[in-house]
Amino acid sequence: MIEVTDLTKVFGKLEVLKGISTRVAEKEVVVVIGPSGSGKSTFLRCLNLLEQPTSGRIVINNVTVTEPATDLNKLRAEVGMVFQRFNLFPHMTALENIVLSPMKVRGLSRKEAEERASYLLEKIGLSEKAHVYPESLSGGQQQRVAIARALAMQPRVMLFDEPTSALDPEMVGEVLNVMKDLAREGMTMIVVTHEMGFAREVGDRVLFMDEGRIVEEGTPEQIFQAAQHERTRSFLSKIL
Amino acid sequence: MDIANFSELFVRAIPQLLTGAVTTIWITALAVSIGVLIGLVVGLARISGKTWLRALARVYVDAIRGTPLLVQIFIIYLGIPNLLNVLLGQQFPINVYVAGVMACGLNSGAYVAEIVRAGIQSIDRGQTEAARSLGMNSWQTMRYVILPQAFKRIIPPLGNEFIAMLKDTSLLSVIGIEELTRKGQLFIAVTFAPFPVYTGVLLMYLAMTLTISRFVSMLERRLAVSDRSN
Repeated sequence: MIEVTDLTKVFGKLEVLKGISTRVAEKEVVVVIGPSGSGKSTFLRCLNLLEQPTSGRIVINNVTVTEPATDLNKLRAEVGMVFQRFNLFPHMTALENIVLSPMKVRGLSRKEAEERASYLLEKIGLSEKAHVYPESLSGGQQQRVAIARALAMQPRVMLFDEPTSALDPEMVGEVLNVMKDLAREGMTMIVVTHEMGFAREVGDRVLFMDEGRIVEEGTPEQIFQAAQHERTRSFLSKIL
Repeated sequence: MDIANFSELFVRAIPQLLTGAVTTIWITALAVSIGVLIGLVVGLARISGKTWLRALARVYVDAIRGTPLLVQIFIIYLGIPNLLNVLLGQQFPINVYVAGVMACGLNSGAYVAEIVRAGIQSIDRGQTEAARSLGMNSWQTMRYVILPQAFKRIIPPLGNEFIAMLKDTSLLSVIGIEELTRKGQLFIAVTFAPFPVYTGVLLMYLAMTLTISRFVSMLERRLAVSDRSN
């Protein structure tokens, strides 16, 4: 479903991605781990072209998104993204945040969009917060709304960029639970995270990145119990 | 003439000055409206992805902000008809009010453009990224996500611009527009009493600017109620 070939990204003189190649199958949950500055987030942001790759090829749903002729807005509508800092629209209530894009991009009527939003709010357990502004929500609640907002577009893939890193520890669980449910429902997901418990529990595959490369990839068991590379082992020994 | 005359002249000046103040108000309102329209377009052009558009907007802003409004008024009222006359061999009289409003509007546009640009750029990049990641195009992102947030930050400096413009319309007295300052001058020409008349002129400007700034503060407070941003 996603095929990345030789992806590189250079910021000025800094080579952040040095040739990433991988595939993600439908319904697969891929967890990307690695030290800060290893290029994990940049990799993710290249997938929906929030960052323009310097070179390489990305194919999503049989569309080569790195071709200049690709309609990026159409692509992004199919690829949901959740950010570390939530990025909810502060001037809109939770419900308005969720219905905006389905109405403007998908052309849904307000009624249809609100029905979909209500269903999603119920699913993330925040029905009673529909008319509340992000400011009055906790970090965990904001992130759950942000997930619902992305899901309202009915994307084929969901990208998570360190979705729990900006949260107070007691709120991490509620966000991970929403993500676990999503994985169980068969959503294709790529998750950049430091939550190794999550990686083990729901990850089908783990990518370990360092210095702009995928050093090692495998099932959670392979990576966590029998990492082949010294770099992977030393990283894991520090965080586990 | 003694001090008693001063107060009498002051009172007599008021109706005259009020008609001038009305002219000042509608010229300012028109100029700022034009300024906001131009400023919105030029402000967006200043941050456009197209280099030539950015450059064009930059030239406009620099040219206007780098030259005196007084000279801009002369160029539009006297310079351009002169140029057209020489080029086309025909008189092109321009209505003094049209010229005055145009000069002030064009001038205001450059300042508003900078206010708009700064307002938009003050919004966190994450907002744009979130909107784009949801499939919105750049215009939808601007329209539904960025501008509504930027608007709140633009209001106070826009109020300042409104006040500055109101005061600057006094320059239009030099081309004979009978706004507040000019009305004062004309009244002085028959009464020879600059002190009470200019005092009246000042007080009227003050009353107008204070009213605007109160109004802007009120608007700011009301917007703050719905402002849930961090």
